[in-house]
Amino acid sequence: MSKVIDLSSENFQKEVLESKIPVLVDFWAPWCGPCRMMAPVLEDLAGEFDGQVQVAKIDVENPANQALAAQYQIMSIPNMKLFKNGQVIGELVGFRPKEELKKELQKQLGI
Amino acid sequence: MKYDLAIVGAGPAGLSASVYASRYGIKNVVIGGISGGLTTQTHEIGNWLGEQKIAGWEFAQKATEHAKSYGVEIKNFLADEIKKEGEGNFQIFLSNGEKIQARTILIALGSKHRHLGVKGEKELAGKGVSYCATCDGFFYKEKTVAVVGGNDSAAGAAVFLGNIAKKVFVIYRGEQIRCERFWRESIEKNPKIEVLSNTNIKEIVGKDKLEKLILDNPYQDKEELEVDGVFVEIGSEPNIELLKNLKVELDEDGYIKIGPDGKTSVKGVWAAGDITTGSNKFKQIITAAAEGAVAVADIQGFLKK
Ligand SMILES: Cc1cc2nc3c(=O)[nH]c(=O)nc-3n(C[C@H](O)[C@H](O)[C@H](O)COP(=O)(O)OP(=O)(O)OC[C@H]3O[C@@H](n4cnc5c(N)ncnc54)[C@H](O)[C@@H]3O)c2cc1C
Repeated sequence: MSKVIDLSSENFQKEVLESKIPVLVDFWAPWCGPCRMMAPVLEDLAGEFDGQVQVAKIDVENPANQALAAQYQIMSIPNMKLFKNGQVIGELVGFRPKEELKKELQKQLGI
Repeated sequence: MKYDLAIVGAGPAGLSASVYASRYGIKNVVIGGISGGLTTQTHEIGNWLGEQKIAGWEFAQKATEHAKSYGVEIKNFLADEIKKEGEGNFQIFLSNGEKIQARTILIALGSKHRHLGVKGEKELAGKGVSYCATCDGFFYKEKTVAVVGGNDSAAGAAVFLGNIAKKVFVIYRGEQIRCERFWRESIEKNPKIEVLSNTNIKEIVGKDKLEKLILDNPYQDKEELEVDGVFVEIGSEPNIELLKNLKVELDEDGYIKIGPDGKTSVKGVWAAGDITTGSNKFKQIITAAAEGAVAVADIQGFLKK
């Protein structure tokens, strides 16, 4: 089963803002090519960081999620934000190969 | 393990080369930051034979699966360095610390977006400054945007955005945009698109997000142009940083010089696709794929010797 959580405006509060561990949230959309290529990378990372970092994604094309996209000022995707204790502590815009993303996470979180 | 051929770049040129190599029985590996290359940023492809219309990401996925179907490994890592350690011995250092060894190399690194290089551009990237209209256009529904540039990709972006935004400015430094007639007519037909010619952007201004552009040629008597987004489409430049050690010969614009067989000036190194002087520099999927195939046919002869 996939370890990447599918987010919506309903579970965002609980899964991201109230999460006990840091959460990497990928804001994506189906028409965005680089976002599609990001998906397998995120799946891999979710496995590798299991228990340390929760990986989650949110489809910004879905009208129900657009308020969240606006709230977090998403203007370019893929856009990955790292949340810790409900706060955004890091942001990455644009496709990242797995190793680059991994290094970035480790740096940000000191793990 | 030593490969017969290491393909650096996983766009149409590299993936096509891999398919040909696998079918010739050449032991090959593909290294590429993003599989599918630039096609992942293309909204829709309509000039690839056999696919009347295909989304860019779908093409990228299909091409990747095709190459993988022969059992080839595609390493989605950046290469940091390529070294020639004597005849028939190349080493490629990857960002994950891995080292790849190969007898021959095909360079298919493509090109990257040219940046404007003006104040504010870097700071506001992803906050209103974008290099991919297909990815980000959606966020500008009923907003005002500008496209910088006058080539086919700028015109294509303007037309695409013309269906989403409230107003699209095309900012072009020359007299008249230089694009296919199809694009020019589409621009002229859409009253939402306005071309500002003989104009450059001096500065991009905004605090947390883009607020306005400063122009060198006033529009309606004002140097400031208020926009929500700006899409930079001023062409591309070849990805040659990686080639410092290899010393392949480049032309005056930095493209790798290749012969009709894809050979570069360095023995054992071939190149294909957008990064080369090949195909009259016509930068398309079909020419990139073809150059990959031609190079591999020559590599096959070389490896047999
Ligand atoms: C918006 C847009 C629309 C387009 N529309 C069309 C169209 O409709 N039809 C058409 O035929 N063409 C179109 N093109 C052009 C087409 O996409 C390119 O000509 C084609 O992708 C070139 O292929 P390539 O393999 O040479 O390079 P690229 O596709 O650029 O691939 C380069 C590869 O090298 C990799 N790479 C780069 N640096 C490194 C590094 N340091 N380490 C490891 N890997 C690296 C990249 O990750 C990528 O995998 C379009 C281009 C754009 C930008």
